[in-house]
Amino acid sequence: MNQTSSDLLTAGGGDPSGFRPDAPPLEVKDLHVEFHTRAGVAHAVNGVSFQVNEGETLAILGESGCGKSVTAQAVMGILDIPPARIGGGQVLYRGMDLLKLPEEKRRAVRANQIAMIFQDALSALNPVFTVGFQLGELFRVHQGMSRADAKKKSVEMLDLVRIPAARQRVSDFPHQFSGGMRQRVMIAMALALDPEVLIADEPTTALDVTVQAQIMQLLDDLKTERNMGLILITHDMGVVADVADRISVMYAGRVVESAPVHEIYARPSHPYTKALLESIPRVDLKGQQLSVIQGLPPALTNVPPGCAFHPRCRYARDECRRDPAPPHYTVDATHLSACHFWEEVRERE
Amino acid sequence: MGTYVLRRLLQFIPTTLGALFLLHYLTSLGIQLTGNPVRAIFGDRTPTQAQMDALANSLGLGDACLQRVGDPCPALFLDRLQAIFLHFDFGINVNRRPVIEIVGDALPFTLKLVVIAIIFEAVVGITAGVLAGLRNGGFVDYLVKITTVLMISVPVFVLGFAVRTFVNVHLGNWFRAGDMMPDWFSQGVMSPVYKPDYPWASLVIPGLVLGSLSLATTARLTRTSILENVRADYVRTARAKGLPRKRVIGVHTLRNSLIPVVTYLGVDFGGLMGGAVVTEGIFGVPGIGREIFRAVLQQQPSVILGIVTLLVMVFLIMNLLVDILYAVLDPRIRYD
Amino acid sequence: MTEPAAVTSVEAPPSGGTGGPAGRQGTGKPTSLWGDARHQLVRNPIFLVSCLYILVVTSMAVLPRMWTSQSPRTCDIRLSRNSPELWDHPFGFNLNGCDYYAHAIYGARPSLQIAIVATASVVVLGGLVGLLAGYFGGWVDAIISRITDVFLSLPFLLGALVLLTLLQVRNVWTVSLALIVLGWTVIARIMRGSVIETRNLDFVAAARALGAGHGRIMGKHILPNAIAPVVVYATILLGGFVSAEATLTFLGVGLQPPAASWGVMISTHQQYFDRDPWLLLFPVGLLVGTVLSFIMAGDALRDALDPKLQ
Repeated sequence: MNQTSSDLLTAGGGDPSGFRPDAPPLEVKDLHVEFHTRAGVAHAVNGVSFQVNEGETLAILGESGCGKSVTAQAVMGILDIPPARIGGGQVLYRGMDLLKLPEEKRRAVRANQIAMIFQDALSALNPVFTVGFQLGELFRVHQGMSRADAKKKSVEMLDLVRIPAARQRVSDFPHQFSGGMRQRVMIAMALALDPEVLIADEPTTALDVTVQAQIMQLLDDLKTERNMGLILITHDMGVVADVADRISVMYAGRVVESAPVHEIYARPSHPYTKALLESIPRVDLKGQQLSVIQGLPPALTNVPPGCAFHPRCRYARDECRRDPAPPHYTVDATHLSACHFWEEVRERE
Repeated sequence: MGTYVLRRLLQFIPTTLGALFLLHYLTSLGIQLTGNPVRAIFGDRTPTQAQMDALANSLGLGDACLQRVGDPCPALFLDRLQAIFLHFDFGINVNRRPVIEIVGDALPFTLKLVVIAIIFEAVVGITAGVLAGLRNGGFVDYLVKITTVLMISVPVFVLGFAVRTFVNVHLGNWFRAGDMMPDWFSQGVMSPVYKPDYPWASLVIPGLVLGSLSLATTARLTRTSILENVRADYVRTARAKGLPRKRVIGVHTLRNSLIPVVTYLGVDFGGLMGGAVVTEGIFGVPGIGREIFRAVLQQQPSVILGIVTLLVMVFLIMNLLVDILYAVLDPRIRYD
Repeated sequence: MTEPAAVTSVEAPPSGGTGGPAGRQGTGKPTSLWGDARHQLVRNPIFLVSCLYILVVTSMAVLPRMWTSQSPRTCDIRLSRNSPELWDHPFGFNLNGCDYYAHAIYGARPSLQIAIVATASVVVLGGLVGLLAGYFGGWVDAIISRITDVFLSLPFLLGALVLLTLLQVRNVWTVSLALIVLGWTVIARIMRGSVIETRNLDFVAAARALGAGHGRIMGKHILPNAIAPVVVYATILLGGFVSAEATLTFLGVGLQPPAASWGVMISTHQQYFDRDPWLLLFPVGLLVGTVLSFIMAGDALRDALDPKLQ
């Protein structure tokens, strides 16, 4: 843990209650986030729980609009509070509930302990400041470094993320970099203060396939080097297979299945996960009709009762259509599934 | 950056020539359609053809092509270009006084007026816009929205007239009758006309009136710009970096938001020049605007043409400078 | 990349900023930019009041006899500047002893006529130029942009002053002409910017791949999507032109008596403000009300049509 920020957390006589250095770096318990919009209340996050350990990569998988980005932003504390509202749950950093911290202390955790990178690096970087400025301000604001020192460290960070000619590039503007390079700059910014957890929100979605592979490799290497926890948010199952240790599948604001990566691929135990896997085009099935999941994800203002997936599920029975939503059944020690009929789903091919 | 400046300069030259030609063409066309205005200058007296021709020639209106409708009069145009660029000759008025002298005498007053207007509109406009944008939906926001819309809807001459009557005359009389305020205020600021004794003070209120329309636009532009940028992705990144709110807004948001506003301030110079004509007329400021006003009343097209030509060239130079400033502020433009 | 306006938005991705849930996802009802805008506008009280005022003033211009039975030309100089008498002469009498209320009603016509003629012409002319420049790009754009720059270098009021002084004839058409010559460039620029944004969208490439010619693409695909900012600005421009006519009249180059626009009424009577303030109050009130209505309606339109503000 970063020295300066531990001071910040305890400053003002604050009691970092619950802080346990042996607790997982990030644990989310039963998080609820809702949005109050003109069209009604949207339940974006509906009781999401997960945890990530040091040196582990957790992938959060789901379609657009399932609430995965909102979850990440709620963890970081950068949601606009109206219209968003945290309806309940805990976000535990080493056992300490961040949701209960005042904003000043919360800010100390951001970038220092938990950092985030975003999908579109071009719009996520400020176009009018140099890359060196945007990197350097992290050091200047959080660690009180001088401009010269901050610049030096910025060059070091750009080297770390394998940007060639770092010393020259540090004075360039974001639009002068290619897409992959920009994403590396974002990674450099996120890792500047040596955080314990990195949340990557669709980091490679906007990139070419070859660049995707490079960036994922970079993230994996850095995670191992620094023994960080990495949370990878994506909708792309292909990306996930190589890098993730564990996968949590989200649908309509809930986690529907959570397991180690090989388990998910070998023995999916939720109809949604199964359908996702089946819809991946396969070379040996060439000529046959592509299998798709019928229907559309529900509007978050109007989530169906019971299991949110039931209108599109081929295993659905009456129980599925009634509240309460299915609990997380224990498939085994490391595998949870939110389906009443998970055994059936798991057995069938 | 160098290539950008060069390109802008290369665009500047044909644009300037084009603008001068446009002015020339419009004036020639006007004369061709409605007859030589020289006649009107003589008023009730009946001049001989020789007298008219002599006056016409001296005013640069004697060319025969001015009798053929639609003729662009290129020779006349070249003559005028020569006069302008080689001799700084923008024409003369009926009393044979060079336009450039008229402008030179009137310029300091207009300059003071415009400076006051720009400071007013920039400071108050940007501040109001920033506050309204940051507190979207709040009281300040509504206040700014309503005030600016009203300011834009009232024509500048109505505003000027109203301010002059209610503030300078009525309120001013009250100040002048009592004795609480120092002279520079009750005699200077509150004066309904320009007073040479108070060269700056008596220009304060006219300057505020002149700047009011631009202020409203500046405030609205700033507000919109802030609203757009506050929701931008890079602001979300700045917050994710754990930067304090003051820095996120004061450094990141503001810097991007001010770009369109600063460029607007530069370009608005043209609007200020137009507004100066009205304001100087109402408040009796002996500036360039009033000279134009006079030239209209006295039917002196050569003077109007001369002054407007000069002003257009100044405007074009301002635009060039603003374009360069824009590149300084927004690095994306530089490497275009 | 902004969504093409007319495409059914089944899933509305959060555009930048802190992510939020999709809007009308899942209800299955197609929504378009204009449909949404209409929905929002009819619920906007400011927009409705502005439209009502504009309708009132337009009816004054088109059917003045609906509003007054008096003629503005029956004047008795002995009644000059008499104060208002309720019901018969609610605005009193003007300088020449004519019924001022009738004048104000009949005055709506030239004021609105100029604004409408000028705005319509500016939209057609500027819109066409901007469409061509934005669509074809390249040297077409370069030439058109230079021409636009040239016209833009003439400050509005000064250019109008020059033009009207030289034309010497002052009627509705010459004043409109001055406004058109000086005003078309702004619409051209807006249209050009909007077209450039739209032509890069995928559905245009799709249309081209399906063999659509230039005309069809411009007319059917690009124009409906690019026109929103132009509509907004045109509404505001209507107000601006009403105001401009009054200012030009005040400067002596606009309409002259016996033409009776609100601008003329204001100019003629401004020196009597001290003694008979109502002589100015009525035309100014009508004028400011009209300009205000147009601007607020334009503002409401802009908010309703801006996809980013949804």
